[in-house]
Amino acid sequence: MELLANLGLGLSTSLTPLNLLYCLAGVFLGTLIGVLPGLGPTATIAMLLPVTFTLPPVSALIMLAGIYYGSQYGGSTTSILVNVPGEAASVVTALDGYQMARQGRAGAALTTAAVGSFFAGTVATVILALFAPPLAAVALKFGPAEFFSLMVLGLLASIVLARGSLLHAAGMVVLGLLLGLVGTDVNSGIQRFTFGLLRLADGVGFVVVAMGMFGLAEITRNLENEEDRSMVVNKVSSLMPTREDWKRMIGPILRGTCIGSALGILPGSGSILGSFAAYAIEKKVSKNSKEFGKGAIEGVAAPESANNAGAQTSFIPMLTLGIPSNPVMALMIGAMIIQGIQPGPSVITEQPTLFWGIIVSMWIGNLFLVILNLPMIGMWVRIVSVPYQMLFPAILVFCGIGVFSLNNTEFDVHAMAVFGLIGYLFVKLDCEPAPMLLAYILGPMMEEYMRRALLLSRGDPTVFFTRPISATLLALGALAVIAASLPAMHKKREEAFRE
Amino acid sequence: MYRGGTGKEDALNPIARNPKDFWTGLIYIFVGSAALIISRDYDMGTAVKMGPAYFPTLLSVLLVGIGIVSVLRSMFKSGSPIGAVAWKGLFLIVASTVLFGVIVRGAGVVVALPLLVIISASASVRFSWKTSIAEAVGITVFCIVIFLKGLGVPLPILGSWFGN
Repeated sequence: MELLANLGLGLSTSLTPLNLLYCLAGVFLGTLIGVLPGLGPTATIAMLLPVTFTLPPVSALIMLAGIYYGSQYGGSTTSILVNVPGEAASVVTALDGYQMARQGRAGAALTTAAVGSFFAGTVATVILALFAPPLAAVALKFGPAEFFSLMVLGLLASIVLARGSLLHAAGMVVLGLLLGLVGTDVNSGIQRFTFGLLRLADGVGFVVVAMGMFGLAEITRNLENEEDRSMVVNKVSSLMPTREDWKRMIGPILRGTCIGSALGILPGSGSILGSFAAYAIEKKVSKNSKEFGKGAIEGVAAPESANNAGAQTSFIPMLTLGIPSNPVMALMIGAMIIQGIQPGPSVITEQPTLFWGIIVSMWIGNLFLVILNLPMIGMWVRIVSVPYQMLFPAILVFCGIGVFSLNNTEFDVHAMAVFGLIGYLFVKLDCEPAPMLLAYILGPMMEEYMRRALLLSRGDPTVFFTRPISATLLALGALAVIAASLPAMHKKREEAFRE
Repeated sequence: MYRGGTGKEDALNPIARNPKDFWTGLIYIFVGSAALIISRDYDMGTAVKMGPAYFPTLLSVLLVGIGIVSVLRSMFKSGSPIGAVAWKGLFLIVASTVLFGVIVRGAGVVVALPLLVIISASASVRFSWKTSIAEAVGITVFCIVIFLKGLGVPLPILGSWFGN
């Protein structure tokens, strides 16, 4: 019954008026940026990080978490109403959701998405509460060699799951690791790769990199084919699905939740992979597979459940191991470090209010989201129609002021501009920025664990392969890379990302 | 962007045939070598007692290796073209951000923010002076109220260039 006591602790933390307020603020903002195409959770969380420094850690993380899963709800609204995915994870929802909207069933599609998301969110909260503590307990027994190998596994997984060439993604990871080393070396005290710049003594600001590569670069990329954006917003009629609809959505919601929860835990994936996989599988198993692409309710229910479940279970590696599974989680780890919390398996025992508060707040947040999304749909419909040419200058302003306020220096603003330039360059070369950001966060930690592991083994590098857990983790990583580079899988992988 | 000549030349020229692999590889080789050279200034240490150069040296060698494979691949395997680059958008977004950084203290937010909004907005094909100016005014007021007054970001409303 320890679980109940823990959930009780979580409830008492997340139900304080202040935390309720930040939870609501988070999911509201999340829905907003989810609805707005061209503004993703990574850029938003990066923008808001400076604001959260002044908050208590629990409130800050509750709000940031809310932004992430809230954006999964909001993304479906845009997909369904205008056929433009508000969020990357809602790309597949547009296929059938938009067709439903054209048939005058936008309301039913929106309700399906919300019901599926709520169910998935509830299940994922339970999964998180059940599985995170034992996983953290196992991880507490990890030595430095195991942690090092775990990070290698996480990075290899992010390479496999990145869009485009494996080789390029691998390079981005190494680049990120190197970037993470810029600044003062904690052991020797010397400054590495700072080019004599005093501003770089503390390293390249994490928020600076994230805002440049995910904010500025993304804006520039969106400006490439601006003309394509047609904004015909479908009308929303009755929100109530028919009896037949209810029957048809149960199976897909259950399957989507399972797939999304499982894939969300994988490093490097988060919510996007889950929604694609759930749609593909549903198309195969459904009795109504012929209707897919023409407005099948299953095609909305499955991916929307999966992306919300995945968004929440992706917190598991972050909270229990201190390993980010996607850029959003990397930002969360950044937020924790700035708040003075050392991410890792000890968070659960040393910061139980934080840990359980976040978990319970997710369920409360999901409840808020249903209320925000269904009765208030009219407001979101109006926001969908905000044109991008008005949106991006505002994003730029928030990035500029946000990044300035980090250290109150113009240097960070200029560094952000440079990373925007670099980020766009890499986008053009098919090098995804996400693996680089993960590696950037992990770089200093990996060096430290490697140092300790080698110290304990008296300089014997085989320690990573002779300790059983460490060897297993490395083998898993190697297996994933080999599987992804096999010709047959390689083709499948390309298809999966193209869809 | 570079465009090759006739089809025959293209087949032999990795820059034209597989520009993404070629350039990415070159960047990796460049950054990796630079990091390798810089790391030589630091103490390498030994495996038992890793010095500050140990991990970066390992990474640099790895990065150069990945870069070489990428360049080699571009010579044997054709890839997709780089595609249209939003030069105007890229320039205006980066330039407006840099300008904001340069003038925000001296001129203050009432000058820096509207300039950031209007210059960046002009990157859009749907740019219009009227909406941009209206947006610039709205955003500036919003930022002064929320960020400067509300959250206490230490930026001047009107900067030192105006005698404040």
